[in-house]
Amino acid sequence: MTPDAGPMEFERMLRMALAPVDPPESLQTRVETTLQELTDAAVDELEGWELSAMRDPRNWVRPAAAAVVGASAGTALVVLRVRQQQRRRAAQSRNPLDLAQRTLRAAAGEARKLARRD
Amino acid sequence: MDKPDKARLDAAFTELYKAHLRDVYSYAYYRVGNHHDAEDLTEQTFLQAYRHFERAQAESDGRPLRPWLIRIAHNLAANLYRDRSRRPQTPLDDTTMLSAMHTTEDLVEGRDELARIIAGIQKLPDERRDALIMRFALGMDNREIARAMGKTDGATKVLLHRAIKQLEGIVTPA
Repeated sequence: MTPDAGPMEFERMLRMALAPVDPPESLQTRVETTLQELTDAAVDELEGWELSAMRDPRNWVRPAAAAVVGASAGTALVVLRVRQQQRRRAAQSRNPLDLAQRTLRAAAGEARKLARRD
Repeated sequence: MDKPDKARLDAAFTELYKAHLRDVYSYAYYRVGNHHDAEDLTEQTFLQAYRHFERAQAESDGRPLRPWLIRIAHNLAANLYRDRSRRPQTPLDDTTMLSAMHTTEDLVEGRDELARIIAGIQKLPDERRDALIMRFALGMDNREIARAMGKTDGATKVLLHRAIKQLEGIVTPA
């Protein structure tokens, strides 16, 4: 670039140097798959919330998580996190009631974490 | 929220994603300097945006959400560097990258100048470099950049002016 090139010329070169970059197709597939999984997870949890299932403490984990945060976008994250930790809680719990209580506490805790970050 | 509301929200988010995937990726690429980190940063940006979309939409008052999206990417990129305590891994003046990003016509016209400008951009302070990426790679106006960077319109105008002047000083031979 010559010293006498005007500001318009410099900005034109700058625009050329910083040309937009198309994302690779693999990234589009990756992002769309992840978002779809999150959306599906949230919908599944809410559709599966049936009163009959609520009588069985083993089924409390998903609706409890969904109920705590409602059907917002955060639901999927709460459900996924609570579900990821379910095996560890099962190993620690003394009986089904203890497990259900731990699960409910975990769901509420995750929802509070999300609420604080929002 | 009932199901139709959730469906409407998801549809609106899909539109936002389709409209701005290229913007977010371009910003991420010029910000972090390599495709691998740019892909991760883009994915994280949209996941974060999805989590907060309902509130952002409610608070946007009809204004475009692109500055909000770019602000998420901007903050995540800052965290990435804080966590790794390093600068971009791959220099953007690499020949392969130049070829990938520009048409033959561009390159014939001023390959050396483009290479100098790209190298010069990497030498700018983060804030100035980001403002230039937003203006010239994404075509954002002062108001959009101000919203993305959390500044006033006036401060953004000054920031852009100084960024261009500093870059000119780096690129133009004395």
